Amino acid sequence: MPDLDQIIAAHANREGPLLPILHDVQHAFGCVSPEAERAIALALNLSRAEVHGVVSFYHDFTATPDPRPCVQLCRAEACQSRGVEALVPAAQAAAGDRVRLATVYCLGLCSAGPAARVGDRVHARLDEAALVQLVEAAR
Amino acid sequence: MTVVRISDDALALACGADAVAAAFTAAGCTVERVSSWGMHWLEPLVEIDGQGFGPASPADAAAILDGTSTKAIGPVAAHPFLARQYRLTFARAGRTRPLSLDDYAATGGWAGLDRARGMAPEQVVAEVIASGLRGRGGAGFPAGIKWQTVAGAPGTRKYVVCNADEGDSGTFADRMVMEGDPFQLLEGMAIAAHAVGAGQGYIYVRSEYPHAIAKLRAAIDLAAPMLAPFAIEVRVGAGAYVCGEETSLLNSLEGKRGEVRAKPPLPALQGLFGRPTVVNNVLTLTAVAHILAPGGAEAYAALGMGRSKGSMPVQLAGNIRHGGLFEVPFGITLGELVHEIGGGTASGRPVKAVQVGGPLGAYIPPSQFDLPFDYEAFAAADALIGHAGVVVFDDSADMGRMARFAMEFCAAESCGKCTPCRLGSTRGVELLDRIRAGTPLADPVAALPQMHNAPKVPRSREADLALLEDLCETMQFGSLCALGGFTPYPVRSALRHWPDDFLP
Repeated sequence: MPDLDQIIAAHANREGPLLPILHDVQHAFGCVSPEAERAIALALNLSRAEVHGVVSFYHDFTATPDPRPCVQLCRAEACQSRGVEALVPAAQAAAGDRVRLATVYCLGLCSAGPAARVGDRVHARLDEAALVQLVEAAR
Repeated sequence: MTVVRISDDALALACGADAVAAAFTAAGCTVERVSSWGMHWLEPLVEIDGQGFGPASPADAAAILDGTSTKAIGPVAAHPFLARQYRLTFARAGRTRPLSLDDYAATGGWAGLDRARGMAPEQVVAEVIASGLRGRGGAGFPAGIKWQTVAGAPGTRKYVVCNADEGDSGTFADRMVMEGDPFQLLEGMAIAAHAVGAGQGYIYVRSEYPHAIAKLRAAIDLAAPMLAPFAIEVRVGAGAYVCGEETSLLNSLEGKRGEVRAKPPLPALQGLFGRPTVVNNVLTLTAVAHILAPGGAEAYAALGMGRSKGSMPVQLAGNIRHGGLFEVPFGITLGELVHEIGGGTASGRPVKAVQVGGPLGAYIPPSQFDLPFDYEAFAAADALIGHAGVVVFDDSADMGRMARFAMEFCAAESCGKCTPCRLGSTRGVELLDRIRAGTPLADPVAALPQMHNAPKVPRSREADLALLEDLCETMQFGSLCALGGFTPYPVRSALRHWPDDFLP
């Protein structure tokens, strides 16, 4: 696992390096902590406020880590038209406190919804049983 | 050795294509992973010697191989869904391996770039203008005019930025290009770079598309010698829908909050890092690759209707029986797309509404299904084509709830820069809740003692509806970008066509 300095150094010569750095930090540590914000700000000659402003703007970056497995369920219009809302209560019940059931707006699988994503694996044509199974199997 | 072709497009994977491929490998076949034909209801689609079988599961492998499968659909390329199309941008879909340079070159790849590089930059711009190509991201601005502005802008450092932040629900054409024919996009970008004098390109892809990101990065590594001296880098978004707006995308690329910039200055003159920048959608840049091929511009301009030239990759999505990618010249009607090609709803119930153009597009009732696909015709009907995603809803849809969702989505995704969008969307959700609840609820803000002029009695339904109309107008004309500016489209159209869905 790379440390913070290595991540910053890997992107230092890019134009506009902040987002690539934040992605790698979020991936490596599960969050972008205030300490990481401080170090990144120092390295890029930005203020901490500027870095925090960017971290807090984007849904993909979080201030604290959440060790639970995450199931992203698409609840945009196309998946709604295919009945995703009716699946949500069962998915939430299956998730409980063990799995984070996150809402995502569109996975680009709009002709075969309801769709979900776990890590980099995507799943389509979900019915209640398939979604519950997906949530229960999430690690 | 039997060669079996199975797509590795994200939609095919989501439907279990990897397991099907493994079953054929285990049966001793050679499996080739190709791009998707775009017939999504048939995925995972198995193709052997041109014959198709789908939707296939691993258990079907044996029957498919011994010729007894009930999932046979006959010759794939002759399927009625494909036979009715006119594929230019998606000419290779289903036919080539996405990361094979040999396949790409054998199907006319690099012809556009080779020809463009033999021409003067201003000739390339002139051909794009002559083709009539308009920006496929939604606004429909003539691509050639934008290029001309960038080419004529002073400065030696210029950029080509590809907007691949395809966040609209119901759209997946960009994803299919990036995963299925990535070299064509790179070729289009290199042509744009030659035309405007840019040295560096960026593709801004949304983080929800991990497969597209991986394919593009691999394709750039493979094609770098052909693209040189032009260089392309993939940048990944971070879950902000508003970054599909071009100025917000540029801010995000620069490492800032994805807030919208006021225009002017136009990005063509002061874009990425303040330099002249071409910002085009994936489909726009991809179209350039075949437009610059010999005879491409004339062929393109000969298609379509009115000022909408060429072909449009329409995406049939939502509650539709035959969903997928359907590329046709402009002019086809909504009714043909939904009923004849799409086969009606997947649930078998009557169609209630279609939403064209993503979360910011109007809801259109079946009574307007004679509307032809044309930028101007849609605008005249208070609707927009956007990125040509068509989402079908059956009669179980509650349009009052969909109108509320439009406001809720805008509130969740607003960048916060302008007031009509940031506050208007939240007030819109509250207003719609009051209207749909029916019981006139007292406005807690109006009840505050310092609100001297606010009425202290609850507003009537009529007053709430008038207020909603007022709010929609403020958002439409007062917002900086299309997020706040177009959110009223789904709200107003739902209210206009299905007022009963707003009753308690």
